[in-house]
Amino acid sequence: MRTFDYARADTPEAAVAGFAQTGTRFIAGGTNLLDLMKLQIETPTRLVDISRLPLADIEEREDGGLTIGALVPNSDLAADKRVIAKYEMLSRALLAGASGQLRNKATTGGNLLQRTRCNYFYDTAAPCNKRAPGTGCAAIGGFNRIMAVLGTSDHCIASHPSDMAVAMRALDATLVTLRAEGGQRRIPIAEFHLPPGDTPHIETVLQPGELITHIELPPPPAGRQIYRKVRDRASYAFALVSVAGAVSVEDGRIASATLAFGGLGVMPWRDPAVERALIGQAPGSPAFEAAADALLAPAKGHGSNDFKIPLARRTLISCLRHLTGTSL
Amino acid sequence: MRFTINGRSYELDPDIRTSLLDLLREHLDLTGSKKGCDHGQCGACTILVNGRRINSCLTLAVMHQDDDITTIEGIGTPENPHPMQQAFVRHDGYQCGYCTPGQICSAVGMLDEVAKGWPSHVTADLGAVELDEAEISERMSGNLCRCSAYPGIVDAIGDVAGAKP
Ligand SMILES: Cc1cc2nc3c(=O)[nH]c(=O)nc-3n(C[C@H](O)[C@H](O)[C@H](O)COP(=O)(O)OP(=O)(O)OC[C@H]3O[C@@H](n4cnc5c(N)ncnc54)[C@H](O)[C@@H]3O)c2cc1C
Ligand code: SF4
Repeated sequence: MRTFDYARADTPEAAVAGFAQTGTRFIAGGTNLLDLMKLQIETPTRLVDISRLPLADIEEREDGGLTIGALVPNSDLAADKRVIAKYEMLSRALLAGASGQLRNKATTGGNLLQRTRCNYFYDTAAPCNKRAPGTGCAAIGGFNRIMAVLGTSDHCIASHPSDMAVAMRALDATLVTLRAEGGQRRIPIAEFHLPPGDTPHIETVLQPGELITHIELPPPPAGRQIYRKVRDRASYAFALVSVAGAVSVEDGRIASATLAFGGLGVMPWRDPAVERALIGQAPGSPAFEAAADALLAPAKGHGSNDFKIPLARRTLISCLRHLTGTSL
Repeated sequence: MRFTINGRSYELDPDIRTSLLDLLREHLDLTGSKKGCDHGQCGACTILVNGRRINSCLTLAVMHQDDDITTIEGIGTPENPHPMQQAFVRHDGYQCGYCTPGQICSAVGMLDEVAKGWPSHVTADLGAVELDEAEISERMSGNLCRCSAYPGIVDAIGDVAGAKP
């Protein structure tokens, strides 16, 4: 690990002020950043420790939503009674991720910013446009079983690894930030992550020194909720495909639907065409197949990850059956 | 830097890059906590910080100056073992023993999470937690055992928790 200067921030204002020099990074739980620093994939010259900032509370808002401090640990968020009662998909997404120890450290803000688990991104001997811009992409034409099938470019096909962010995407979360030059910014999660295009090293719209302070959830969506994760092991593995969603049915028709996907996309994935294919339809195979068609029409396999396309179809349809109480 | 470990205070000045695990093992000779993967994947380095189980390899010592740190050495001693340590012996919850300190710290932290009513991935009704074998396995999935002593580990923890088989 390269050495660095270290400073602990006591207030959000002090944290962003501490960002004056380039090469500075915030450290929260450290479970992703330190992992990458040990491999010298990340080489910050200065760490601003934000882990003691007073941003670890969950508060109810008047509109029925929740405001979640960026430093709330993943385990506390998953176990919060209000989250369990109103945002079950978020609890379930968190509980499906990592391990008990890691969730105790991992924070809400850090989880949204965790980097890909692409094997070549981790292998510093391999070409990788995300880690070393301009060197190429070893995953294209390589072993790409865990890579994305949606939103990829000729420069990067890495999938976004977070479970929590998928639920946040389905729940239409908004990130609240404090900018380095002062002043708040509100970023809808739909606009937060960026597709790779020809700059796969730029992953979000966050600017250097911009601190996520809170995540706001609007009132919960109508209907039953789900988070289903399909992976190589029953526990403690990243998603190959995951679905976060809520669907409500009124008078025999799907009245509302929100669905987001993990493991498939270069970022937490949501496509309005999927929801359009469902709303107003009677729950059942024709509507469910149409939703899967809409999701997967733009999907592109890269060889060893081709299996994700049929797997996503089956997983989505199974989730829709559960959400609408429809049998085969 | 000042650290509080197993109830004792220490003044040390390690390199800024020192992980909490390396502080314990290399600077304080508390070698009960083990280094397996050093990347948060195996759980052999699990310790309790302010009562919560964490991977000590994936955090910097400097970040834990005001915390109450408990390692396996603080959980119990050969003369006065913790009930979880006794149960691991009784149920053969190990073979080579390398992962055991992490397993035991993790199990102690985990039972505290259950007592607080925290659900897990296998909890059917997130509001009603009941510890059984499937729950123990899921909650302990962050601790790998290459000897695969899992049946003994699950039995030992279930014994301490009074869990249903
Ligand atoms: C073995 C292992 C298995 C895992 N399995 C899963 C899994 O199955 N599913 C899953 O979703 N995740 C998994 N994870 C990833 C884990 O969820 C993330 O490492 C964790 O959420 C990151 O949070 P953190 O607080 O530790 O972030 P840190 O490592 O502290 O930070 C990560 C990044 O976010 C930045 N940052 C942090 N907080 C802020 C903030 N408030 N404002 C601005 N920038 C900030 C940091 O500068 C850094 O760049 C796994 C990790 C490991 C090690
Ligand atoms: S898929 Fe992206 S992260 Fe993986 S090797 Fe290619 S450029 Fe790097």
